[in-house]
Amino acid sequence: MFKDFFSALMEGKLIGVKCKDCGEITCPPKSTCNSCGSRNLERIELSGKGKIVSYTVTYVAPLGYDAEVPYVVAMVELDEGAWIVGRLDVDAEKADKEDMIGKRVEVYGKEFPTEQFYPDKQRRVVPMFKIVE
Amino acid sequence: MKRDVAVLGVGQTKFGSHPDKTLPELFAEAFFEAFDSSNIELKDIEAIYFGNFVGEITDGAANLGGFIADEIGLRGIPAYRFEGACASSSVAFREAYLAVKHGIYDCVLVGGAEKLYSAGTPIGTRALATALDSAYEVNSGLTFPGVFALIARMYAKVYDIPLEKLREKIAHVSVKNHKYGAMNPKAQFYNKFGDLKVEDVLNSRMICSPLTLFDCCPMTDGASAVIIATADFAKDRVDEPIYVRGAGQASAGSLFRQKWDIVKALPRKMSAEMAYKEAGMSPKDIDVAFIHDCFTIAEVIASEAMGFFEYGKGADAVEEGLTWADGEIPINPDGGLIGKGHPVGATGTAQIYSAVKLLRGELDFVKVDAETAITDTLGGDFGTLVNIILSVHRR
Repeated sequence: MFKDFFSALMEGKLIGVKCKDCGEITCPPKSTCNSCGSRNLERIELSGKGKIVSYTVTYVAPLGYDAEVPYVVAMVELDEGAWIVGRLDVDAEKADKEDMIGKRVEVYGKEFPTEQFYPDKQRRVVPMFKIVE
Repeated sequence: MKRDVAVLGVGQTKFGSHPDKTLPELFAEAFFEAFDSSNIELKDIEAIYFGNFVGEITDGAANLGGFIADEIGLRGIPAYRFEGACASSSVAFREAYLAVKHGIYDCVLVGGAEKLYSAGTPIGTRALATALDSAYEVNSGLTFPGVFALIARMYAKVYDIPLEKLREKIAHVSVKNHKYGAMNPKAQFYNKFGDLKVEDVLNSRMICSPLTLFDCCPMTDGASAVIIATADFAKDRVDEPIYVRGAGQASAGSLFRQKWDIVKALPRKMSAEMAYKEAGMSPKDIDVAFIHDCFTIAEVIASEAMGFFEYGKGADAVEEGLTWADGEIPINPDGGLIGKGHPVGATGTAQIYSAVKLLRGELDFVKVDAETAITDTLGGDFGTLVNIILSVHRR
């Protein structure tokens, strides 16, 4: 299931599930509704737009990610209400100088080399956030 | 039938670097201290509840229950390994407590061991990240300092505190915990950083902005052990049984799925309330708290979720000295994870080690008068939360 999410992301689509009982949108998809736990879900495509809730510039990375530092990890609240984690495609220096919280972003997928512990042994797709004004 | 439960002996290795020992060898050292102060015989121990987080990654070691039992001369008895990330041995402790309380066993051994220091920072950081959502969080390179860096920025926004001001306030957690850690002979930073200043924390190397090296606990090798039994068994063997009055546990999923709840550490509130309810207590009845300060901001949000301070006031509280050893609610007078070290799977029962020693008046490097203590152990990004209430009073 997680592979479908990242395959869709690489095709420019952000997918999730909508709960037919309470209306909550869960993204990335989960086996049950993130709000009420219902299994009565339908697959939907989200707008891919949202705003930054928080972020951090990472200077010390885990094994397998060392070559990518410094990088900016961000948490985004999508317009549909779900939150997702990804990377902000701005310079580390800029992110540390300016307050990025609240800025509008658009999501796209980017492929990175996988690493020994990542569940997808072929590739590692990261949701990227591009600032839009 | 429910029985009262008490702690007999406790043990802890020196925290820091132990490259010369296997996980079972390291655990044996903590066990011998606990056993030798319990006034029991080996055959009294009916089961082992052992916490370890990433033995597979750091030492290529799993199935540790049996190897632990064999190492300490208890081959044959049931031996379980528990994994709940940084809360592994607290989960083990709660399960052991429930088993004794509900009549499954009369006397059991609980503890944990971990060797993250010896693993080195890159492997250690990757190993710790396995406690995050493996598909949807780790792929971005999110780390544990990263999680709490995200929370620090959210805390600043939610409570309208300028980020630089918040960094100064939470730096006091590091100053406080390093002060006590430097006094604790079993701490990783014994005799080190005891006179750390707020500026030192702010100006140390940035790990995940806004958190610096001194906002973080270190990578640590270490082990801890606790022997618990029915209160009736314990009182015939030790002078000062420490009674287990309540134990709470709660869970959560990925960080991003918890949304704004993460600033309020909601699972921790659920876990603490479960423990308070069982003990028939409120936060006002607690004299000292051993809180999971994996990062400076972590101690602050925990002190709020556990009911010691209003939401948004925890950072002020540490700055004003309310959580120091002579304050209204001393937090981590043993140095906490920041000053004492954080051997993940051993951390929960190491908190119990300090709490029991302090309640018995045996934590001689710091002065805190206390009859009732609470421990707080966090596994992952709120995935596993455990709180244990200990008291010199049986009821």
